Amino acid sequence: MPRAAKTILVIIGAVLVIPSVLAGVNPEADRKAAVEYFKQMFPKVPLKEFVNGQYALDADRRAQWQSLQDFPPYEFAVAEGKEMFETPFANGKTYASCFENGGIGIRQNYPYFDEDKKEVITLELAINQCREANGEKPLKYKKGDIASISAYMASTSDGKPFNIRIPDDPAALAAYQNGKKFYYSRRGQLNFSCASCHVKNPGKWIRADLLSPALGQPSNFPVHRSKWGELGTLHRRFAGCNKNVRAKPLPAQSTEYRDLEYFLTYMSNGLPVVGPSTRP
Amino acid sequence: MRKRLIYVGLATLALSAMSASVVAASQADIDRGKELAFSRKDGNCLACHKMDDGKLTGTIGPELANMKTRYPDRNVLFKRVWDETQFNPQTVMPPFGRHSILSKEEINRIIDYLYTL
Ligand code: HEC
Ligand code: HEC
Repeated sequence: MPRAAKTILVIIGAVLVIPSVLAGVNPEADRKAAVEYFKQMFPKVPLKEFVNGQYALDADRRAQWQSLQDFPPYEFAVAEGKEMFETPFANGKTYASCFENGGIGIRQNYPYFDEDKKEVITLELAINQCREANGEKPLKYKKGDIASISAYMASTSDGKPFNIRIPDDPAALAAYQNGKKFYYSRRGQLNFSCASCHVKNPGKWIRADLLSPALGQPSNFPVHRSKWGELGTLHRRFAGCNKNVRAKPLPAQSTEYRDLEYFLTYMSNGLPVVGPSTRP
Repeated sequence: MRKRLIYVGLATLALSAMSASVVAASQADIDRGKELAFSRKDGNCLACHKMDDGKLTGTIGPELANMKTRYPDRNVLFKRVWDETQFNPQTVMPPFGRHSILSKEEINRIIDYLYTL
């Protein structure tokens, strides 16, 4: 693409359209509006079902998916994650020492806003911070060991409702708003926002893919995708969706992606943790 | 100001593209148009539109059919493929011309093909 054309893309990408959906006066009003919006869009889908993404919307796909649940392809990775989680670091301490309740049954509280550091802490970031605090090297963020450990931790929270809090701190609200803005900003040569696909068009097919609603999206992560042939983290998926619209993906655990996760997971408050799961 | 200039520039570009294409389309033009419309790396119109004998079509946009009757004015059709956001700011259809996804020549071939539907 000629440079002039690229410049034009950047300029135009800055124009932002926020539809009336989720345009509440505060995060809780946003969340309620989102729940209402998707309930009206899919009156037959029980609220908790939204954590199953596209499978909540299509009986055929769901039947196929369920028939494969006897031997989930992520089982081995979860077992490995458990082993890593329980194996002491070189200094003799374990991951359990870094987390509330020894790291068991806490997935539903992530991401949270750290009022001292003034930033969003995701589960994967906390895992690496724990490693570094104990003299270990950080893990790569999109797949591999970190996905296995995160999957194991999620499995100990199975069924627990998400409980994301936005403390009474302007910086926390700003992080939430930043994530929301990201979700609604058009980007990439193809000019899509996340909302173009997951708010405006869930239940519709884009070629052979069935679009899932924003509500419940983070619940099943980390996820085993047949396309990947392995587990991947939520930020890996964010990057994939950015690339699909020919936008430059941001680094996993960048401030933007953490804020995005904060907004998106807040929308799913009250819905159960079901990760890890499988998707096409 | 800069942005304004670019918009004006694009509009002029679009206009000249349209007047240049009133010549009757050859079969080769039509075939090329279909190829561009179907190919995932070019138009990928099938991602959203049912059209012709396209397989695995999406359901986001309306079926593209009866184009001659529905678009007696070629310029209107060209403008919509160039930048549908001009007609509906909320649309999810990519602005193929404005974002340089397709060249004006490529859009004109796609339109030659659309008129056979
Ligand atoms: C052009 C369409 C499109 C855009 C734009 C898009 N996505 Fe997606 N996304 C998909 C498709 C297709 C899938 C796979 C089917 C599904 O689950 O929706 C998907 C899946 C996902 C999933 C996994 C859902 C699950 O159940 O596992 C998440 C999370 C997600 N997208 C987030 C985002 C975010 C965040 C953005 C913006 C940064 C975004 N998407 C932009 C098309 C899109
Ligand atoms: C990501 C989805 C998407 C893609 C890709 C897409 N469109 Fe569309 N298109 C739409 C939607 C949605 C509409 C409905 C009108 C609106 O949203 O403004 C539309 C409307 C149209 C219309 C006007 C409505 C009509 O019935 O005549 C034309 C013409 C059209 N598209 C042609 C194309 C062509 C040609 C391509 C490929 C080069 C294409 N579209 C690719 C989503 C898409």
